[in-house]
Amino acid sequence: MARKLLLEHIDVPYINTLEVYRQKGGYRAVEKALKKLSPDDVVEEVKKSGLRGRGGAGFPTGMKWSFLAKPEGVPRYLVCNADESEPGTFKDRFLMTYIPHALIEGMIVSSYALGAKTSYIYVRGEMMPQIKILERAIEEAKAAGFLGKNILGSGYDLELYVQPGGGAYICGEETALLESLEGKRGNPRIKPPFPAVAGLYNCPTVVNNVESIAATVPILNMGGDEYAKIGIDRSTGTKLISASGNINNPGVFEIELGLPVEEFIYSDEYCGGITNGKRLKAVVAGGSSVPILPANLILKTAKGENRLMTYESLADGGFISGTMLGSGGFIAFDEDQCIVRNTWNFTRFYHHESCGQCSPCREGTGWMEKVLHRLEYGHGKMSDIDLLVDVSKKIEGNTICPLGDAAAWPVASAIRHFRDEFEWHVTNSDEAQIRNYGLAHYADPLTLAG
Amino acid sequence: MADSNDKIKVSIDGISVEVVPGTTILNAARQIGGEIVPPAMCYYSKLEGSGGKCRTCLVKVSKGSEKDPRPMPKLVASCRTTVMDGMEVQNITSNEVLEARKGVVEMLLINHPLDCPICDQAGECHLQDLGFEHGAAATRYEFERRTFEKIDIGDKIQLHMTRCILCYRCVFVADQLTNQRVHGILGRGDAAEISTYIEKAVDNDYSGNVIDVCPVGALTDKTFRFKNRVWFTKPVEAHRDCPTCSGKVTLWYKGEEVLRVTARKDAYGEVEDFICNSCRFEKKNTADWVIEGPRKVANTSVIASNHYSELKPLPVIKDNPKLKEANKNQLERSVRL
Ligand SMILES: Cc1cc2nc3c(=O)[nH]c(=O)nc-3n(C[C@H](O)[C@H](O)[C@H](O)COP(=O)(O)O)c2cc1C
Ligand code: SF4
Ligand code: SF4
Ligand code: FES
Repeated sequence: MARKLLLEHIDVPYINTLEVYRQKGGYRAVEKALKKLSPDDVVEEVKKSGLRGRGGAGFPTGMKWSFLAKPEGVPRYLVCNADESEPGTFKDRFLMTYIPHALIEGMIVSSYALGAKTSYIYVRGEMMPQIKILERAIEEAKAAGFLGKNILGSGYDLELYVQPGGGAYICGEETALLESLEGKRGNPRIKPPFPAVAGLYNCPTVVNNVESIAATVPILNMGGDEYAKIGIDRSTGTKLISASGNINNPGVFEIELGLPVEEFIYSDEYCGGITNGKRLKAVVAGGSSVPILPANLILKTAKGENRLMTYESLADGGFISGTMLGSGGFIAFDEDQCIVRNTWNFTRFYHHESCGQCSPCREGTGWMEKVLHRLEYGHGKMSDIDLLVDVSKKIEGNTICPLGDAAAWPVASAIRHFRDEFEWHVTNSDEAQIRNYGLAHYADPLTLAG
Repeated sequence: MADSNDKIKVSIDGISVEVVPGTTILNAARQIGGEIVPPAMCYYSKLEGSGGKCRTCLVKVSKGSEKDPRPMPKLVASCRTTVMDGMEVQNITSNEVLEARKGVVEMLLINHPLDCPICDQAGECHLQDLGFEHGAAATRYEFERRTFEKIDIGDKIQLHMTRCILCYRCVFVADQLTNQRVHGILGRGDAAEISTYIEKAVDNDYSGNVIDVCPVGALTDKTFRFKNRVWFTKPVEAHRDCPTCSGKVTLWYKGEEVLRVTARKDAYGEVEDFICNSCRFEKKNTADWVIEGPRKVANTSVIASNHYSELKPLPVIKDNPKLKEANKNQLERSVRL
């Protein structure tokens, strides 16, 4: 059995209540931090742990914290990014639903480390149940003296608020999130300045993912050095992976970083293999924005080694034969899935979610969607394929925020690895036109007859 | 610690210039002038926070600074990137930049109709210039363009969203210049549109300035629309003693008649001083103004077709072969003109 830190007590009844959470050792990290450690000590432990941000980019959390500007007389903020909108990623809402106190405890410890006296959890607007759950948990924590004035007699005060977002993917981008939190339109800001210098209300701010913040609790409990021993290389600790697609056991898994991808897909402890005994065709390893890889490349790196669930191993070979761990949204496709259709579907999402500030993303995502749509439905031309590659290149790297890249990579990688499938849609246009995807398997929506 | 008055050195396409710290690459390039100045469709020096959006001013930073000479990994928006001492920037000497810019032009033209022959902005349109200088001959976009009905936002201004390139300049004007903001952006992505609150008119003393900042023909002056083509009019600088604004304007004459009043624009098409609506819309008699003299018009502008001044080719910096090569095109064009 692999080591579990965040989901260790997930099966304990009522672990969502403060009482049971505390019985299982909850809020020890708060006591330890506030009573025994200085804020800088906490930052130091997180640095030692080697924890990398779990929101997508994988930037070292401790280092990000140490960049926080500390001008006199200006408040500092910690904002938890619970927008979780990346298609294929559903780990944060799982944690918030079942163990809300893990996040609240992490927020207290992290806010203390950063000297934040007001902190926010920015939750995607659609996640009403999670918002209610978090609000209740905050009430419980406050009543027990873990929030509010003079926490545990340490002299440290903290107010924690839950803020529902507007339900836009772009509001997960950290600067758009801050704009939204300030009550404005969720458009990404132009960086620099970075939030560490001028974030929420122009004050120094750290934005961290739910899982990153929750991970500070086991880090403090066990010590940064111990935490760093879990995992492999520069990928330390455990990671929540949300697995979906054509696998036997879809769901959220906590893995120790370094687990071979093959084991993750085929072991009964995790995905349990491909549904109906089919062959694996492709995998999107880190949420819909990362490059898709065909089965052979997801199992082996560019160097021919076994591919591991780590930041480094998944990225091996760059974007030619590698991808990213991203937010840990693992989507598997079996041999019957149409890559063109899936690429169109992903692009449809990015087109819809582009904020529209910069021209390449605003216009390019829509253009790609239309070309993919026509290819998918058998009306495309051979030249469409190179056109798509070119348009994706014109977007990538030329935009204000990484949504442009997120829209470009799935298209570029799908064509790189599955070009023949795109060509099939052109050469077999009659067949492409009549394919009645999936619908044949479902009941008629009107008569419900199978 | 360097004194903030100490100048720092930056080179753009091989030409050095010394600027005060905090200057952006774009403004450093403007201090040099000529062809190496990146085009700017959304940046507007008079509007705080503008820029960064259209991506037409992308440049390559091939050397970060004297201290950290590493190149920047991606192209950067020159209008929002400040220079560092020893920075080296490539604009028209970088193929990557020209390619990216071509891409941006193609994207901008996706939802901007090429109806220049009937557009009121023809002759004053920055997108037209940009397309000419940095675009491709044909577009590869084959789908229907988005279209909108024209709407009157107030009795003096008409909005035709079909032509809008979402540069946000008019939104910044509404935000920073006018006292009651009723105009902004609705929707997301390519469904975003400039609009007013339901049935609101843009009705305040400075609202007319949105017309001047709009780089394309999306916001037009209803008192001038289709009265004439700009190149048939004669621009004359004039001023009046105005209680609300600087009163410094350009009058656009056809014969004896003032057809239009606008603010004065600098070499980069930016308004020098914003003007109030009375100057713009209500003072259309020569008697209202103190005339200063004819306005200088760049001989590369179509407006110059009505001005019989000598044609001077654009400067070429002799000792920079790369730049010379890049300038060749422009020279040939100027000669043709
Ligand atoms: C378009 C876009 C959407 C994003 N959505 C999320 C999100 O839903 N949750 C999240 O934690 N990070 C998201 N990110 C990444 C954040 O900008 C930021 O890197 C992250 O919250 C930092 O937290 P971490 O350092 O703990 O990973 C998104 C980024 C982009 C560009
Ligand atoms: S890349 Fe897209 S989402 Fe990001 S700022 Fe530009 S238009 Fe908005
Ligand atoms: S209406 Fe004109 S000024 Fe306003 S955003 Fe559109 S193009 Fe820019
Ligand atoms: S002028 Fe710089 S991005 Fe528009």
